[in-house]
Amino acid sequence: MTDMAVETKPSQAVHPALNAKRVAKRYAAERRFKLIGMLAVCTAVGMLGLLLVTIVARGLPAFWATHVAIDVTFSQEELDPQNTGDPDVIGNANYRTLVRESLQKIFPDATGRSDRRALLGMVSSDASFQLRELALSDPATIGTTQRVWVKTSDDVDTFVKGQISRDVPEEDRRVKDQEIAWIDQLEAEERLEVRFDVDFFTSGDSREPEQAGIWGAVVGSFFTLIVTLALSFPVGVLTATYLEEFAPKNKLTDFIEVNINNLAAVPSIVFGLLGLAVFLNFFGFPRSAPLVGGMVLALMTLPTIIIASRSALKAVPPSIREAALGVGASKLQVVTHHVVPLAMPGILTGTIIGMAQALGETAPLLMIGMVAFIVDVPGGITDAATVLPVQVYLWADSPERAFVAKTSAAIMVLLGFLILMNAIAVILRKRFERRW
Amino acid sequence: MSNVETMESGATAAPAPGKRPPKIIGDKVNVYYGEKQALDDIDLEIMPNEVTSLIGPSGCGKSTFLRCLNRMNDVIDICRVTGTITLDGEDIYKSRLDVVQLRARVGMVFQKPNPFPKSIYDNVAYGPRIHGIGHSKSELDEIVERSLRRAGLWEEVKERMESPGTGLSGGQQQRLCIARAIAVSPEVILMDEPCSALDPIATARVEELIDELRENYTIVIVTHSMQQAARVSQKTAFFHLGRLVEQGDTDEIFTNPRDERTQGYITGRFG
Repeated sequence: MTDMAVETKPSQAVHPALNAKRVAKRYAAERRFKLIGMLAVCTAVGMLGLLLVTIVARGLPAFWATHVAIDVTFSQEELDPQNTGDPDVIGNANYRTLVRESLQKIFPDATGRSDRRALLGMVSSDASFQLRELALSDPATIGTTQRVWVKTSDDVDTFVKGQISRDVPEEDRRVKDQEIAWIDQLEAEERLEVRFDVDFFTSGDSREPEQAGIWGAVVGSFFTLIVTLALSFPVGVLTATYLEEFAPKNKLTDFIEVNINNLAAVPSIVFGLLGLAVFLNFFGFPRSAPLVGGMVLALMTLPTIIIASRSALKAVPPSIREAALGVGASKLQVVTHHVVPLAMPGILTGTIIGMAQALGETAPLLMIGMVAFIVDVPGGITDAATVLPVQVYLWADSPERAFVAKTSAAIMVLLGFLILMNAIAVILRKRFERRW
Repeated sequence: MSNVETMESGATAAPAPGKRPPKIIGDKVNVYYGEKQALDDIDLEIMPNEVTSLIGPSGCGKSTFLRCLNRMNDVIDICRVTGTITLDGEDIYKSRLDVVQLRARVGMVFQKPNPFPKSIYDNVAYGPRIHGIGHSKSELDEIVERSLRRAGLWEEVKERMESPGTGLSGGQQQRLCIARAIAVSPEVILMDEPCSALDPIATARVEELIDELRENYTIVIVTHSMQQAARVSQKTAFFHLGRLVEQGDTDEIFTNPRDERTQGYITGRFG
């Protein structure tokens, strides 16, 4: 058919679409467009993949920690010379000595002052607290010798995980030759073991990488988001409902609408400055607290929730409103009985996405002091706390080699929460999707 | 005006209602959408227990007029209504009138079936609930059953009252909407092209229903189908370009129209 069209003389009226050249061109253009589109998709997916692979590869080792087995003699005269059995006495004993003695037993050759200090530096400073816990929880251990697995220091840990190379000259290496020799000996005696590090998920921040955990940041994030949700959801939904359903369309509402959109585009650090100036300096709310962090993030999340809610409300077909009005429902009844419930999945999706944004936000929280180094897990919204992304920022800033892995591990946890929240948003949308 | 003449002659010729006063009287009704005038001096009387059909080409203002009767145009910000419309002698546009009460008295069925995305039961029970009719569960059950029976839907749905109203077929949905409208015991039912989204069988069902409902309600129906107007209505009003051209007994209008525009429209020369 197309061939025929080409052969016909130009004087004859040929349908332009049947021109073979045009057809070929059109198909080529389509193919080109598809190819470019696929390339774009591949680039985006590739970048994401690269990001995830790097983070996972870096962060995975942080979920494991090297432990060393030491044979600790809980000697009576060291812990409780008078045999009082009083927890105060046992608790105040010097457990560092116990650690040092048990290490000394493994390495009798290390006698020099600096050697002994280096030897003690092989295990985490947490080890003595671990022994204390043991002695306190079961006084029967006093007077016995027990094999206890304690964490190694972060340097030994990174070396065992292969992140410090033996080939580096000694002066450039955190782990010296002597220590490598000790590690080799420990390995030969099967005293070294890499175990899953539960502490990472249950403890707060620490200056010692092997003791640092994210629980404090997770709880901080949780409290902050609770405050954010409690403030931004009702205000956002009420604003959206009023603007969409009740407000007259005039210059003022147009102005408000434009400014809500502007608010969504304001850099987040500006909200932080606002929080600093208003909430901290003027109202005198506690510094570094999830209360203020949540308030600042609520300001930031509001436009997201308002815009999403408005479009969800707009998507409710007018026929439903008319139906309700037609049977004599008042404006408020139409909105509360029909429009808002029908828009709720969309509103919730928008809210969750806003919350996910808030969860990942760092900059405004830096301004209100949530960047402080806080070891304790916060117990409420007015306690000093930090949040996950700020924890990432803090660890990324720390000089110790072991914090590199911790940083990536914290990012993995953060991404895990974000994916979870987005998944809930998607499920909500799918579940309550309506066809009218 | 010739309109008034027509209307009067129509009223005297009506056999059944006799000299009963009109249910609704529209007097010099003008409707503006912003600057644009949609209706121009409409004088129309609607008799009780009759079906009045409003016909005319698209955009002639018949739906606009219908929506004035229960003030559904109030929701449109730019819409302005002048003149008076009275329901049983009471001006429905007076400022102290409660629109909610008015809409309970003047129910409406829309072009596209629009059941709430709720159960069949809740669809019908919604109106009574918000108006506080039927306090106990059994009273409400009774209202729902009666309304569905009147709408000719009871037998088809009585086994599945809890299934969603949106799951019914188009014709069933429209009858559900009619049941929903009559559940609040209105005096007037407005129907805006109720059959335009339905197939011929469902249409026949709804038309039959309209005829039955005439006993208890006053019905105003907007339709594009001349046959439908001829089949279901006793009175017909022909609108053209925002004006009421002619009104009277349906038989009169269809067999012996006075205005040549009416004749042109019903014979299909324009529309």
